[in-house]
Amino acid sequence: MSADFAIITPEIILALSAMGLLMFGAYGGEDRRAAVILWLTAALMAGLGLWIAMNGTGDNSAFNGSFVDDAYSRFAKVLILLAAAIMLVLGESYLTRQGILRFEYPILILLAVTGMMVMVSSGDLIVLYMGLELQSLALYVVAAFNRDSARSTEAGLKYFVLGALSSGMLLYGASLVYGYTGTTRFEGIAAVVADEGVELGLTFGLVFVCVALAFKISAAPFHMWTPDVYEGSPTPVTAFFATAPKAAAGVLFARVLYEGFGDAVKDWQQVLVFISIASMFLGAIAAIGQSNLKRLMAYSSIGHMGYALVGLAAGTDAGAQSLLIYLTIYLVMNIGVFAFILTMERDGKPVASIPDLAGLARTRPAQALGVAILMFSLAGLPPLVGFFGKFFVFKAAVDAGLTALAVAGAVASVIGAYYYLNIVKVMYLDEPGEPLSINSKIVHTVALGLAAFIMAAGWLPLPFLEGFGIPEIAMAAAQSLTK
Amino acid sequence: MADLSFLSLITFLPLIGALVLVIFLRGDDEAAQLNAKRFTLLVTLATFAISLFVLAGFDGENPDFQFVEEGTWLAGLKYKLGVDGISLPFVMLTTFFFPICIGASWGIGTRVKEYMAMFLILETMILGVFVSLDLILFYLFFEAGLIPMFLIIGIWGGKERIYAAFKFFLYTLLGSLLMLVAMVYMYSEAGTTCIAACEGDATGLLNHQFEFATFTFLGIEIVGGVQTLLWLAFFASFAVKMPMWPVHTWLPDAHVQAPTAGSVVLAAILLKMGGYGFLRFSLPMFPVASEVMMDFVFFLSVVAIIYTSLVALMQEDIKKLIAYSSVAHMGFVTMGIFAANQQGVDGAMFQMISHGFISGALFLCVGVIYDRMHTREIAAYGGLANRMPIYATVMMLFTMANVGLPGTSGFVGEFLTMVGVYQVSTWTAFGAALGVILSAAYALWLYRRVVFGDLIKESLKTITDMNRREIAVIAPLVFFTLLLGVYPSLATDLFGTTVAGLLESVKEAQKAMTDIAMSTH
Repeated sequence: MSADFAIITPEIILALSAMGLLMFGAYGGEDRRAAVILWLTAALMAGLGLWIAMNGTGDNSAFNGSFVDDAYSRFAKVLILLAAAIMLVLGESYLTRQGILRFEYPILILLAVTGMMVMVSSGDLIVLYMGLELQSLALYVVAAFNRDSARSTEAGLKYFVLGALSSGMLLYGASLVYGYTGTTRFEGIAAVVADEGVELGLTFGLVFVCVALAFKISAAPFHMWTPDVYEGSPTPVTAFFATAPKAAAGVLFARVLYEGFGDAVKDWQQVLVFISIASMFLGAIAAIGQSNLKRLMAYSSIGHMGYALVGLAAGTDAGAQSLLIYLTIYLVMNIGVFAFILTMERDGKPVASIPDLAGLARTRPAQALGVAILMFSLAGLPPLVGFFGKFFVFKAAVDAGLTALAVAGAVASVIGAYYYLNIVKVMYLDEPGEPLSINSKIVHTVALGLAAFIMAAGWLPLPFLEGFGIPEIAMAAAQSLTK
Repeated sequence: MADLSFLSLITFLPLIGALVLVIFLRGDDEAAQLNAKRFTLLVTLATFAISLFVLAGFDGENPDFQFVEEGTWLAGLKYKLGVDGISLPFVMLTTFFFPICIGASWGIGTRVKEYMAMFLILETMILGVFVSLDLILFYLFFEAGLIPMFLIIGIWGGKERIYAAFKFFLYTLLGSLLMLVAMVYMYSEAGTTCIAACEGDATGLLNHQFEFATFTFLGIEIVGGVQTLLWLAFFASFAVKMPMWPVHTWLPDAHVQAPTAGSVVLAAILLKMGGYGFLRFSLPMFPVASEVMMDFVFFLSVVAIIYTSLVALMQEDIKKLIAYSSVAHMGFVTMGIFAANQQGVDGAMFQMISHGFISGALFLCVGVIYDRMHTREIAAYGGLANRMPIYATVMMLFTMANVGLPGTSGFVGEFLTMVGVYQVSTWTAFGAALGVILSAAYALWLYRRVVFGDLIKESLKTITDMNRREIAVIAPLVFFTLLLGVYPSLATDLFGTTVAGLLESVKEAQKAMTDIAMSTH
């Protein structure tokens, strides 16, 4: 039993810290300790992330296999913890300026991260549900965090209603799976699938689970909530939504499909192919008409999740590897872009519309260059790192015989390139209007600069660069998943 | 191992120059601008000088890749560079043209530092395309060139620059991404991305036989099977780059809107990437499909030659007219390549090189008068010969070369391709010959309207002849156009052996495959 607890130590630390910090904040009165708590939380998550990256080894499982700690989950945990920590730090000055830096905010994020950690480690449908709900409930609240803003409240409510619906589907699907396999453990499900194949009822269960997970990673056609929630939520919350939860849900998706239904690739492949094609095209086409940067990033995230799922649809080691690579690259790009969006201001008010960027290349050449590099990378143009993300997923898909899917992805990314290019055009080619004030703290500059640098030079065959060894680590992680 | 660094050095020297320029050069006053221009010119000249060493060390009798450098790279990808007779002429063309472009850009006054940096980055990307011997590396450079070109057209272009920049970018991107999928498929199928044999892989893609059994898909019979599909994916990319009719429409827009040096790079070098791609990938890697699709290419080429020549006749904008004439001339190249015989391919190579000099020079000529009058409309000119004798002479030479007058390099390329094509398809050669007549019509008519006649327009009364800088920029082009016209083996010696080797293996593959097809029937 104590061995079990040793394995879930990181989660226990996070949960206990959340409770402790809650007390600390509550007795401090009136948000006076909010900034301290935020920094403590960020430091805790970053420290834990680094600790896992350094020390995590082996394939461990706790509680009879319902909680798995393998290379795949560790990869995801490091991503989640670091992304969450960075996003907290980046959002601090924004929240302070807007007067909405309450002490609950970092604690809710901490709880959500705890939920994500459980999600990516789940080896059992019940654990999966627990993690997912812990994450979702905390996120519903932070979406509505700006209580005085109608849009933020609306965002929270929308997210909650649709999120609850998807949780319902997940439960329904899980109960069907349980009914037809007699177990909730992924290993057990896999054994039944291997022995008896997939019965019709089990297929239904599987599809429901897929739908719920597609909802969580905001893949089309279950994406409806994304643009509104992204736009309505306070920008730091949007930035958080765009990063850690996406990685968590993506990895969870891989775990359910690969560990539970690894022998039934044919049964879920079509579903994933459909979802990914729909997401890629929707993300590409619907983003064209957007004039709000946050909404645009929402559609962009839908599109990018489509590409991530292309890798997953392959159903191979290389597919799981490409998913991790893609998510990592996606996270870095989003951290950079949101580090910039968080600093956009006019007359002391935050703005996020694209025409506001006009002529940025003249007024702020360094920032404009950083954003331009990130946009080209988001569009997937070589030699920027975003291209390699696409390359790895396409490679995985073609190796698995899904050439048509790769062709669809290629076409969608041409359409998508238009709106990323459009931002570059606005910054570089349009005449500057009323100048935008960029309220940039050192953290924002560093985050934007570093993200742009990684995208521009991360592929160079030089020491310390060359992909940072990510492809190799991701491959090892993928093998631990499909062993 | 003295060879080891030559190609990498040429390829990345401009990029390093761009970084130095961006990081170390401060200020935006006149002195700083002049420094930026001088520094850039120096970098491009140094690149050219180093490339001369490669040219000197290159053995034209050897059909293999030379100056090969090899290494591994990100996640098992290969970093392999090398030149053979097909790529070296383009490398030389590129390094030769960039100093000229920088010289032609001396008048740029806005955002000079960025402009120069963009050109240097572009040079790296273009050189990378020609020296890469790895599929993914090739693609990387091929696509990456879009970004600086997009910005060059978009920032320093004419009135409709944004439309033109987007059109250029998206058109090319669509073609390229289809090619990417095909490349990924080839990687998956052959298990390698090396174009020629390399360490750890004895065959390389050039020696890999892709499946060519005919199959039926959705009721459509695909002759040549997988090869044809791959061929089409590559074709989508290279045909747009070339550009071939009917996907040429981005070119006139891009040319008209681009600044002079942008047009020159586009016409002289970027378009050649399409032809180079056909010769490096389509023809040798998919020989069966190339045979299957030959008539299709001939058809498109002839339409391009005749149709775009007719369109060129009716243009009112000088740059647009030259742009359409480029499309027509590229038609000769595509038909020559897919005729797949020595004269045809030699002619195509020669035509590409010579078209580089001629069209580059024509755009420079347009730049000269545009800088003075700020209009490209043909109707705004007339009688320039009266006040600009040097200009009239130079323009005359390049107009004649564009028509393909014997004695200029334009003649050799057109003549060879037509000889090559005639052996395969008489009608195609006939159509192409018709195009030559039309090209004489539009080129000479343009010349008459712009240069001859009386100088009656008030605004032209004070126009001055070419200054020393302009003459210096254009003189090397005059020299090479004439030299290649009277002494073509200067170029053919460079690529003749490689082309012969390439064609031999293509014929072998095609024959082997026909034999198999015969025996199964």
